[in-house]
Amino acid sequence: MELSNPPRNAAPPALEIRGLRKCFARPAVDGLDLRIRAGEFYMLLGPNGAGKTTTLRMVSGLLQPDAGAISVFGIDARTDPLGAKQIMGWLSDEPMIYDKLTPREYLEFVAGLWGVAPALAEERARTLIRWLGLEAQTQERCEGFSRGMRQKVALAGALIHEPKLIILDEPLTGLDAASARLVKNVLAERVRAGNTVIMTTHILEIAERMADRIGVIAHGRLIAEGTLEELRGGSGNGAATLEEMFLAIVERDCKAA
Amino acid sequence: MSHSGSLFWFARHEVRLAWRDMLAMMTAGRPARERMLAAGVIALAALLHLVAFLVLRGTNARGIVPDLQTLIAVSAALLLSASAMLSQAMESATRAFYTRSDLELILASPAPAHKLFAVRIGAMALTVGLMSLLLVGPFVDVMAWRGGWKWLRAYGVIAAVALLATAAAVVLTLALFRSIGPKRTRLAAQVAAALVGGAFVIGLQIAAMFSTGTLSRMAFLRSSFVTARAPGIHSLFWWPARAALGDGWCFLFVLSASVATFLAVTVWAAPRFAGCAMAAGSISREAARSGTKSRSFRPATAAGALRRKEVRLLLRDPWLMSQSLMQLLYLLPPALLLWRSFTFAGNAAAICVPVLIMAAGQLAGGLAWLTISGEDAPDLVSSAPIALSQLLKAKVETVLGAIGLVFFPFVAALAFVSPSHALVAACGIAAAALSSTLIQLWFRSQAKRSQFRRRHTSSRIATFAEAFSSITWAATGAIAAAGSPLAAITALLAIAILSGVRRLAPAGAGSMAAATA
Repeated sequence: MELSNPPRNAAPPALEIRGLRKCFARPAVDGLDLRIRAGEFYMLLGPNGAGKTTTLRMVSGLLQPDAGAISVFGIDARTDPLGAKQIMGWLSDEPMIYDKLTPREYLEFVAGLWGVAPALAEERARTLIRWLGLEAQTQERCEGFSRGMRQKVALAGALIHEPKLIILDEPLTGLDAASARLVKNVLAERVRAGNTVIMTTHILEIAERMADRIGVIAHGRLIAEGTLEELRGGSGNGAATLEEMFLAIVERDCKAA
Repeated sequence: MSHSGSLFWFARHEVRLAWRDMLAMMTAGRPARERMLAAGVIALAALLHLVAFLVLRGTNARGIVPDLQTLIAVSAALLLSASAMLSQAMESATRAFYTRSDLELILASPAPAHKLFAVRIGAMALTVGLMSLLLVGPFVDVMAWRGGWKWLRAYGVIAAVALLATAAAVVLTLALFRSIGPKRTRLAAQVAAALVGGAFVIGLQIAAMFSTGTLSRMAFLRSSFVTARAPGIHSLFWWPARAALGDGWCFLFVLSASVATFLAVTVWAAPRFAGCAMAAGSISREAARSGTKSRSFRPATAAGALRRKEVRLLLRDPWLMSQSLMQLLYLLPPALLLWRSFTFAGNAAAICVPVLIMAAGQLAGGLAWLTISGEDAPDLVSSAPIALSQLLKAKVETVLGAIGLVFFPFVAALAFVSPSHALVAACGIAAAALSSTLIQLWFRSQAKRSQFRRRHTSSRIATFAEAFSSITWAATGAIAAAGSPLAAITALLAIAILSGVRRLAPAGAGSMAAATA
């Protein structure tokens, strides 16, 4: 599968996916096409088992696709996975941190993995720790941390190398209102700074409030995409909430399937 | 139907969980293997009985008289079992405090938690007793077949030892909890369990070494040094041994005393367990502080960052200590033997070579599992811009570096006694450690570090291959240390084992995260 060539002088999209397929016992991702512009806050929605996580794991290089092409800022993620990984940050729904490391040690380790210079990494770590309200816990090992705190440490790890493309799978699960707001603020700030964020969530109010564009996946395919207004226009109900639109789109797809 | 919350109800719940857990462990979660497992158990029992028959074929089971030498030998065997059981029971008791699993559910429910703990103490006794019976049973059966039913009383004696060892373990663990607090008890109890488990054997070896100049325990037990200092033949001290040899009155006394002690300890300890478990639960929420308060970030390549992380995690692993301490403890007698050889210019250096090689292979296998399979953040390292080969290389380097650090002092000491033996030991240690690490690398499967204790269940082939490889390298070392060219044959055998295992390994285990996807 070939990716489209961008017009001369045009910036490559942050993420371009063509004909992506992954099959486990049944197809999880079934010929998915997706194009996300640089600097966008893109929300990927879909019912449970729709293929959102599988898609993001393939983009992040954690899962090998059966077929299809993935390009991250013009870098072919299948032929140059390390080049693509260098500019991506990944955060899964299950916080992946080491119980026996402190947040500082964790961030030092992650910075080392991405080859960030120690002085710069330390400065970024300090900023992230302050932003995420983890100052009091910097010297404590993560083993006693709540789920929310672990999620914040993992988010700091995903951001310490200042990735151009930030991929987050359900990052707000288990966070209290204050922590969720902190995380949302950090992500919004990253988008303002020109980075691209792709995020899955089941909290549709967040998608409604934060997303530049929304994509809806079901049965491993993209069944709807656009801004909130475009989706409203497509649904024929100008006053509908995202929740109403989402349910209508998914129901329509189920009937069609 | 038992009343919910009763002792029997809890026992039924625990038995069901333990049974399913054991089946899953033995069949690697594949129900189709249950028949194979049953056939395997029957075959193993038959094999053990055959071994027991061959070992005991020259023994006159009816003619054994409880003289002092026999009583010493039987008592030593019982003490050996008791120390192993005590060690195992201490580890189980510690886990009962610190493993959360269903504990919070039960402690939060209105069910009487002390009954659950009473059942769990009973389960500890049953587990440690069964483990010993598995090994001793075939010998008892053969003796009963050839010498009469009175030998079956040995089963009762093993049960009595299991009850006493469990009672002692519970009291010791609770005492540790009370004296040093929940925070330190986990590590202290693990260390104590390892020390207790190895103390008797190692103590005997050390005593044998200083009295007879060898590592032979039997030579020491039969020596005039021991018989001259042993209690008189009619002493109460020999009653457990007499019970094991079939004396009815001694058997009744030993069994009833152990049952009474166990029941008393259970009644006393069960209500206290709940309080301790809650205290242990609160410390897992209480964060440990690191000593790197004001240290700046240090420069490192991706591989360097990985190595540093692995070293930190190995040093901070709470269960690694107990799992590896026993292996290291067994190095104590050869180390003392080395020291003694150095002092008296003896010729025992050759004995140390295989022991060191075997220990290195086993330790490397454990460390390799922790660093390679026990990666708690597989997604993180897989999403980093570092090639899988570089990632695995960094992990292998960490394991081999750790082995080098542990064994360097022993090899250096050996070099003072005999440089040629030191060279053989160094080569053997490197070969055994590398082989074990490669086996773990080929059979890697994503797991949590906390599953370290059960690492052997993830791949039976890897477990046996690791053991065979270490044994073969140890044999090679022993033969080479004796100056025989036959060492080349065993070395080739070790390489053949390794290459055979490589062929059996699953093709391309993929990225660290692949297994979790």
